[in-house]
Amino acid sequence: MNYFWDLFLGGITRGSIYALIALGYTMVYGILELINFAHGEIYMIGAFVALIVASVLTMQGCTGIAVLALATVMAVLYSAAYGFTVEKIAYKPLRQAPRLSPLISAIGMSVFLQNYVMLAQTPDFLPFPNLLASFELPETVGAWIGASEFVIIFTAAALMLCLTLILKFTKMGKAMRSVAQDREMAMLLGVNVNRIISRTFIIGSALAAIGGVLIASHVGRINFYIGFAAGIKAFTAAVLGGIGSIPGAMLGGLVLGLTESFATGYISSDYENVFAFTLLILILILKPDGILGRSSQQKV
Amino acid sequence: MKFAEELKKSFFITLWLILLTFPFMAVQVNTIENAVIWRLRNIIFVGLAGFLLSFCWQLFLKRKSAAALIAPNRPSRLHRLMNEPRLYRPALIIVSLFALLFPFVFSHYQINIMITALIYVMLGLGLNIEVGLAGLLDLGYVAFYAVGAYSYALLNYHFGLGFWTALPVGAILAAFFGLLVGFPVLRLRGDYLAIVTLAFAEIIRLVLENWNSFSFGPSGISNIPRPGFFGLNLTPEQSAIYMYFLLIILCLLTVFVIHRLQNSRIGRAWVALREDELACQAMGIDKTKAKLAAFALGATWAGMAGVLFAAKTTFINPASFTFLESAMILSIVVLGGMGSIAGVIIAALALILLPEYLRVFADYRMLLFGAALIMMMVFRPQGILADMRKKYEFRPLDSGRKN
Amino acid sequence: MNGKHMDNVLEVKDLTMNFGGIKALDRVSLEIKKNQIVALIGPNGAGKTTLFNCLTGIYTPSGGDITVHPPQGKSRRLNGMKINQITALGLARTFQNIRLFGGMTVLENVMIGRHCRTRAGIGGAIFRPQGTRDEENDIVGRSYEILEYFGLNMYVNDLAKNLPYGAQRRLEIARALACEPQLLLLDEPAAGMNHQETRELEKLIVRLREEYDLSILLIEHDMKLVMNLAQNIFVLDYGEEIARGTPAEITSNPVVIKAYLGVENDAEIN
Repeated sequence: MNYFWDLFLGGITRGSIYALIALGYTMVYGILELINFAHGEIYMIGAFVALIVASVLTMQGCTGIAVLALATVMAVLYSAAYGFTVEKIAYKPLRQAPRLSPLISAIGMSVFLQNYVMLAQTPDFLPFPNLLASFELPETVGAWIGASEFVIIFTAAALMLCLTLILKFTKMGKAMRSVAQDREMAMLLGVNVNRIISRTFIIGSALAAIGGVLIASHVGRINFYIGFAAGIKAFTAAVLGGIGSIPGAMLGGLVLGLTESFATGYISSDYENVFAFTLLILILILKPDGILGRSSQQKV
Repeated sequence: MKFAEELKKSFFITLWLILLTFPFMAVQVNTIENAVIWRLRNIIFVGLAGFLLSFCWQLFLKRKSAAALIAPNRPSRLHRLMNEPRLYRPALIIVSLFALLFPFVFSHYQINIMITALIYVMLGLGLNIEVGLAGLLDLGYVAFYAVGAYSYALLNYHFGLGFWTALPVGAILAAFFGLLVGFPVLRLRGDYLAIVTLAFAEIIRLVLENWNSFSFGPSGISNIPRPGFFGLNLTPEQSAIYMYFLLIILCLLTVFVIHRLQNSRIGRAWVALREDELACQAMGIDKTKAKLAAFALGATWAGMAGVLFAAKTTFINPASFTFLESAMILSIVVLGGMGSIAGVIIAALALILLPEYLRVFADYRMLLFGAALIMMMVFRPQGILADMRKKYEFRPLDSGRKN
Repeated sequence: MNGKHMDNVLEVKDLTMNFGGIKALDRVSLEIKKNQIVALIGPNGAGKTTLFNCLTGIYTPSGGDITVHPPQGKSRRLNGMKINQITALGLARTFQNIRLFGGMTVLENVMIGRHCRTRAGIGGAIFRPQGTRDEENDIVGRSYEILEYFGLNMYVNDLAKNLPYGAQRRLEIARALACEPQLLLLDEPAAGMNHQETRELEKLIVRLREEYDLSILLIEHDMKLVMNLAQNIFVLDYGEEIARGTPAEITSNPVVIKAYLGVENDAEIN
């Protein structure tokens, strides 16, 4: 039973991270109908910035919560900045182009960012300090859930709740939903579409950054390539739940996380990534609209 | 006045870039040894490069929108150059002479590089069928490449299959895989198709890496024999020359076949499929057959290239067949100009040979690839040499005379 | 099999199309005879293009029967058939929003139309045996003839997307004609055309019917064109048939006039 619980907890934990990253994919796809291939790299950059900031701070003698807070804040700021810049360089000029063009541009950006980090820093795996170590849970709780798992799940849930509230109740949120539904109409109604698109990228990137910091603390190491697998899996989660749907991304993340956890636990851990990729293929072939998605009829 | 505005804009962009790259360029972290190295000089470097780049970027963006208004769809200067018979005939002769004499003039090492380049020419032309002609964005092309390479390696290991037998077998097996991949993705549109093919390729690579009893895992398979020359034992140098000419012939064959396919009933069906899938069905084209044909034929070339690759390097392992490989082959097609045979050849040669001759930039190869993809899509989506449709000639009162 | 059936090219019986609760078509029936021009009219959103899409296989009907009687071979039920199979059976169409192959030349667009009447495959493409070469020459020749017929031969090697609007519309019809259809379905062929162009289109359609022995099903909003061309008119509104008959009968039908009130002005109907 213990093993099962460990796997279950592990699944929810990684699922929460997938969900955080998936939100970025799903929001961008909802607005631009573009798979932001470079989103995984934004997540990776968030983790790296956190590492760099944390290392610098530690060198200067800072410890504890301050390091976590500053590292996270910087990671979020930087990821948001990178997301914003990536959109302006690689996607904005291609808004009117046929769909293949921004996709290829996205791949180019992804490759570029990976190599940029690799060359600027190092191709090796770098140990990542457990910034979550300062959290301690009371005895009774700590028996069945680790501190970092708790923080991850709680943070992810809280962020997703915030996002849902923002989208539902704020003016910006409504504007975002309107642009996702019908960009031209939103523009005609006075919505500053460019700004909304930028903000979408910023929010998605920020969430991915937090996910990056959390999981890097939990796993203990990062390298320039983590964005690739995480990106594909998060995209799987987004599609699983129904691309363009926010609750879908959350649900998809959890389903994927649990599937992966139990599959690696009971079947084989060597083929970890294969499970996610297989799930992706099956979903896209059998039910491309995902669990919560709605069918869209092609207008002729 | 405008110039000052541009300068100001570039200035702020440069500041932004410096800020953005600060953690990565100005600081180097090494948590293994717990070291933090400051490289503040890099800020200057980023500043200068950033300023120059942003300035040129804006310049080219302006030129692009201006050009779109003035002369849409005019064949580029390069095109008109290529079609001048007085120019291209002597050029062709020079190139042919160069190709024939190449292995006798250059070193063994150079010949090997050229062989690699030619293999990529084949890969580019093969992927061109899927992406350039039929518009199917296949991000998992490397899987067919792996099928070819591993089928030769394994069939040779278990059954002693020779190169010449393995070549068609690898091609057929790859074609079969092409159909296997093609079937489930028939209904998928653009981006979903891309992701699924990527996932397929990754699965195949992961299986090759982990199923040790089948594929020998990450350590790969070695001692793969080179192509035999009437049973003679060739030295590595002689073998390289032999392979070089073999590849020249195969590439010429590839160009011939693909040129024929392009200007045929099925080639037109592919382009129609790419242009408008619904309308092409409405005009009586069976999109299933067309897509499957594109996948199967495209995969065939990757399979052949895989066998050649295995024979050349005599050692293969899963690390040669990553997504980055697929991305590189895709770059060749996109940069060359979707559907354009000459463009793809030029792009393949450039992408493989340039890094060799610009050794100092070797580490930056992938970085520049990524940047090149972005820039090509933004500034020149039609590629180096955009595909020009075939022109037919008709005498005025005499319909039906084709050129 | 009675005499009436032998005359029909297409029969539609009780065709119904549901989109998740919305009834786009509700038990629509119509017949198209050989060499007949039939018009399908009705206010916007009445379901005309939906009907076209059902006939040509883009949608699978929720109910009813569509039967085609090809000149050779037996009658076939079109429900659920693939789009390209239906085209091969003799139905070719144009689209409301032009869907040409913009990146291909004008000639190639028409050559695509010949696809379902030709056979060369991969082997033919690569080895070019005599049979394939003859077929290619035939495709090119026939396509050029069609271009000449439509007055588009001066654009022969131009990219389709660079053509002026009126020429693009004609090209779409030319492309459909290349499929050697028995029934030509034209979806608002006169949309966006000026008076002069519309009159020329009218003459073209009359010639097409005579010289190619075609049946034509026409969706149009230009009432003058409809009244001049059509021998039979079906009127749809909200997915249902509200009237059918000859042009004279339709123009005096109060139900039709009421459906159009506020959408078209009286002068156009009369």
